[in-house]
Amino acid sequence: MKRIAATFVVLGLTAGAAVGEVAPADVKFTDGALAESLSGMAGNAEEGYNIVTSKSLGNCVSCHSADAYADIPFHGNIGPMLDGAGSRWSEAELRGIVANAKMMFDGSMMPSFYKTAGYVRPGDAYTGKAATGELPPLLTAQQVEDVVAYLMTLTDE
Amino acid sequence: VALAGGAVADPDEDELVINGEIAIVTQTAAPAHLEGSLDEIYSGWRFRADGTQAMEMDDFDNPGMLGVEVGEELFAKAWGSEGKSCADCHDGAESLADVRPTYPKWNDAKEQVYTVQMQINDCLTERMGAEKEKYDSSSMLNLEALIASVARGKPVNVAIDGPAQSTWEQGKEIYYTRYGQLELSCANCHEDNYGNLIRADHLSQGQINGFPTYRLKNAKLNGVQGRFKGCVRDTRAETFSPGSPEFIALELYVASRGNGLSVEGPSVRN
Ligand code: HEC
Ligand code: HEC
Ligand code: HEC
Repeated sequence: MKRIAATFVVLGLTAGAAVGEVAPADVKFTDGALAESLSGMAGNAEEGYNIVTSKSLGNCVSCHSADAYADIPFHGNIGPMLDGAGSRWSEAELRGIVANAKMMFDGSMMPSFYKTAGYVRPGDAYTGKAATGELPPLLTAQQVEDVVAYLMTLTDE
Repeated sequence: VALAGGAVADPDEDELVINGEIAIVTQTAAPAHLEGSLDEIYSGWRFRADGTQAMEMDDFDNPGMLGVEVGEELFAKAWGSEGKSCADCHDGAESLADVRPTYPKWNDAKEQVYTVQMQINDCLTERMGAEKEKYDSSSMLNLEALIASVARGKPVNVAIDGPAQSTWEQGKEIYYTRYGQLELSCANCHEDNYGNLIRADHLSQGQINGFPTYRLKNAKLNGVQGRFKGCVRDTRAETFSPGSPEFIALELYVASRGNGLSVEGPSVRN
């Protein structure tokens, strides 16, 4: 935990991140993966399920289908089915994909959920108006962890 | 750039003939400038459910035709200080049947690309002594619906070379720019993923041969640029405004992606 604590000291001055949290600008990918928890804490798979299937949160269901959440109506099919993701990928890889899929899949259509800069004409959510100031990431560090914990439960048995 | 996303599913095989007499080309070979991007182009009609499709096959079932009727009244009435109607100078809307297939188009006198709405506004302000209409106002959309309706079945054929070329290039750049916090371009949805589902929406190629469009969702006629605005907003971006130079350029570019499809407006969509 020494490295995370050190990161926090630097961050505390800039983004006002919570204790033990890695700010979006300080995330360092290794081959598209992230070994350590972004929040410094474990994820909650049940919360992760809510985030993946809610339009107002991760809205992953807009692009991904899964038998695992068959009870949720209207699955998109832009990306691969998420069933078995926890067997196909390691936890570190899933964290990397959710935080910024473009690090794993070059040019991916999948939005980057833990990123705050580098946008073209960023808007204020879905209002169509210009964003005022720096945008928060689409998901918080803990929400990313929750989603990763949920994806880890989607195994091939 | 092809993405390794889901496989592209086919549009349906239905054929569109309006009123049993106007045959509409809803699928054809893509224009040469789309080589490497798309082989075939399809009208959005081919991606809609049977019930929505049926509404466009008969003018009595197409609520957009009510807009055409209002457009006919507007065309015949005197507007503005000159006491002139459109019909005083234009021999019926039929005399404007080549407009919808070829616009947006370079306007020599104004030295810029003109949409149909800009052209109508010139007639209103410079020839009729009337106030300019707001972009996508209901009167504008009704007149546009009228001017589209008389061109139904004619192939879209907008010019992309000559003086219009730099505007077309600008529109192309906008089409491929990934806007907003979701970082999505028009091409992400309408070139790489047409035929796929984004939540409950069956993605089309985002063609504009059917505009203006009567949408069941808001129960009125919708203009091209208003539709663009909605799509850009959905990327969590700051949108452009209807009538802006960016959207005029984008309209020219998107229209050119449909060169060869039939004019179909006013169409019916969800
Ligand atoms: C706008 C579309 C879109 C959204 C929204 C989206 N994804 Fe994706 N996702 C994709 C695409 C496309 C791929 C395929 C990778 C590629 O080639 O770009 C992908 C790949 C993945 C993969 C790897 C799939 C595999 O098993 O090989 C995972 C895991 C994943 N997404 C999870 C998520 C989660 C979790 C969310 C929400 C927090 C999400 N995605 C939201 C489009 C999306
Ligand atoms: C006083 C005469 C006059 C009136 C009234 C008038 N127009 Fe025009 N309109 C013209 C002329 C002249 C042109 C040709 C301009 C040019 O080619 O540069 C034109 C061009 C157009 C065009 C483009 C035609 C093309 O082939 O590119 C459209 C569309 C149009 N008018 C619609 C309307 C509508 C709709 C109204 C009523 C709201 C209207 N006009 C009223 C004189 C008039
Ligand atoms: C996040 C996905 C997404 C993006 C990005 C997007 N659109 Fe769309 N668009 C849709 C959906 C969903 C619809 C409704 C279903 C359909 O017709 O494809 C739609 C519909 C349309 C239509 C109406 C088609 C018809 O037949 O009436 C047009 C035109 C259009 N889009 C153009 C654009 C343009 C231009 C851009 C870029 C500025 C764009 N879209 C970006 C999702 C998107």
